[in-house]
Amino acid sequence: MTQVSPILKVSNLVKHFPITSGGIFQRTTGAVKAVDGISLEVFPGETLGLVGESGCGKSTAGRTVLRLLEPTSGSIEFEGQNLIKVSKRELVFMRREMQMIFQDPYSSLNPRATVGDIISAPFQVQGVKPVGGLRSAVGDLMERVGLNPEHFNRYPNEFSGGQRQRIGIARAIALQPKLIVCDEPVSALDVSIQAQILNLLAEIQKDFGIAYVFVAHDLSVVRHISDRVAVMYLGQIMESAPSELLYTEPLHPYTHALLSAIPIPDPDLERNRERIILSGDLPSPSNPPAGCVFNTRCWKAEDKCRSERPVLREISMGHQVACHFPEQNLIETISVAPTGTDFIA
Amino acid sequence: MARKNNDVLEVPQSVTVTVGRTLTQIAWLRLRRDRVAKVCMAILIFIAFIAIFAPLICNVLKIDPYEFNSALLSDDGGLPSGRFGGVSLAHPLGIEPLTGRDILARLLYGSRISLFIAVTATAITVVTGVVIGILAGNSRGRLDTFLSRVMDITLAFPLLLVIIAMSPVLEQRIASFGIPEGNSSRIVTLILVLSVFGWPYLARLIRGQVLSLREREFVEAAISIGSSNRRILFKELLPNLWGPILIYTTIALPGLIGAEATLAFLGISVLPPTATWGSMLQESVSYFSVDPFYFFVPLTMLLAAVLSFNLLGDALRDALDPKAGRM
Repeated sequence: MTQVSPILKVSNLVKHFPITSGGIFQRTTGAVKAVDGISLEVFPGETLGLVGESGCGKSTAGRTVLRLLEPTSGSIEFEGQNLIKVSKRELVFMRREMQMIFQDPYSSLNPRATVGDIISAPFQVQGVKPVGGLRSAVGDLMERVGLNPEHFNRYPNEFSGGQRQRIGIARAIALQPKLIVCDEPVSALDVSIQAQILNLLAEIQKDFGIAYVFVAHDLSVVRHISDRVAVMYLGQIMESAPSELLYTEPLHPYTHALLSAIPIPDPDLERNRERIILSGDLPSPSNPPAGCVFNTRCWKAEDKCRSERPVLREISMGHQVACHFPEQNLIETISVAPTGTDFIA
Repeated sequence: MARKNNDVLEVPQSVTVTVGRTLTQIAWLRLRRDRVAKVCMAILIFIAFIAIFAPLICNVLKIDPYEFNSALLSDDGGLPSGRFGGVSLAHPLGIEPLTGRDILARLLYGSRISLFIAVTATAITVVTGVVIGILAGNSRGRLDTFLSRVMDITLAFPLLLVIIAMSPVLEQRIASFGIPEGNSSRIVTLILVLSVFGWPYLARLIRGQVLSLREREFVEAAISIGSSNRRILFKELLPNLWGPILIYTTIALPGLIGAEATLAFLGISVLPPTATWGSMLQESVSYFSVDPFYFFVPLTMLLAAVLSFNLLGDALRDALDPKAGRM
């Protein structure tokens, strides 16, 4: 059996945003711990889903992985090279291999640049002369993402949200990168358009063998596209598993709660299912709770959870969880109620 | 900004080609369809024309801004004889009381200095404002704090008082740098003073724009493909700033024309017998009760120029808005 090495290996990545106060003489009074020690691996051609609720640091994690934000500590290995140690010049060169697709198709395209300008920018910036010339390369890319190549001279405001996202995808795949971080690429789109864009992303992955880090808050979207899924909460990874395993056998109470919130498109099933309603709000990332960060909202929390931070450990093949009391093999399907107190029928 | 490569793609013959227009072309088209804008542009071109060719026009009309015509004045008090301040074929806009100098000629020559001061001061203001605004917005941090404080302090100065107090001193200083004393050093002083107190407005506007643009995802996208700071500044940010810069220019220019007039009124302007619109207004005010026509001539000119610039600015803003209706 050949051992495939990961294209991206993140260990103990930390990104803290300093909180400053005072006008001219600023001093740091605290830190927002947006990403607080995450480790993950992405293999060539696969999709890693990164899910979690708003403010859990998943977008920050995605950006830090590409060094669009400078990490506070930790290491990022991309194709065996430590991304944190490389010089600015090398980093610029390495950006050919890693790209990003953004959440908001309205702000991610320069309103004063034509579609042709936008899609040809990666070639120009990187000094890449595509075979057959820039014009035809841009045309091919537009066709590949389902845009009319005649529209190269139009401005972004003349396109719909879905078409704009296609422009963003064309820009990201222009240099045929090995890794693309997709930061909630469909959350700003209509449901019908979401499916089109997801299918397009899947096709492109198949054609070019690109690895995706797919950031999303919508579990059903992630399930559709991911090979493996990592669940984030308050800057930390709670659980990570192959996609099907995570959906059928969630081990972490938080994953459980998230899964129970997915609507089922069958009214009878939907009416009779059990839903876990988490009480309380997401704690402030500038002052996370001691021990397990989820303990303030967990129905299973015990003293140990309030004092000791659980480490991410492997329970079964490829299934990792950061919980002192994982719900091992308790649930067959998500419609079966887990034991606990904080449930409503 | 001119855009190259309008035809980036070769399209098969059978397909109808959608002609893409650059935003500049679109703005120009819209502007040409705007009747108010067209009238304003015509007026401004006319004013610029008569200012540039003032000596020529005066030669053709055989008028002179400095020639005294005492014979045309009444004996009592030196008012121009005849109706409307002495309007005649020889002197189409009448003559000055007391001296009998031709008003049209003075107006034409006055336009040159008034417009020169306003245009130069606007140019300096805009360039300084844009550079410092981008610098502040782009750097954030310490430099931004420092530049913003400088802007705040400059804006807090009681402009008129400072100018009145400083001008004579400044004039001598400028003269000591080798610029001829008299009108030249006075004009340089005026331009300098107006620019120094004018740039913070634009710098603030640009700084704010840059701050908000920098947070947009397309800048992040540019970084993620490896763009240099230079490229981000010139290719991503600057094209989004042309609108505000252009619009500010059309607001600043009439403002500075007015400011020059105000300063002339307060006695800080060119030395007589040289005329500007402002100095003509100042002189005419003393005769308003007996010769109102003299007052209305420079006033009309000032009004036409300022109003045209303002209306043109409005039209320009509409034309440049990429989200405005398609044509």
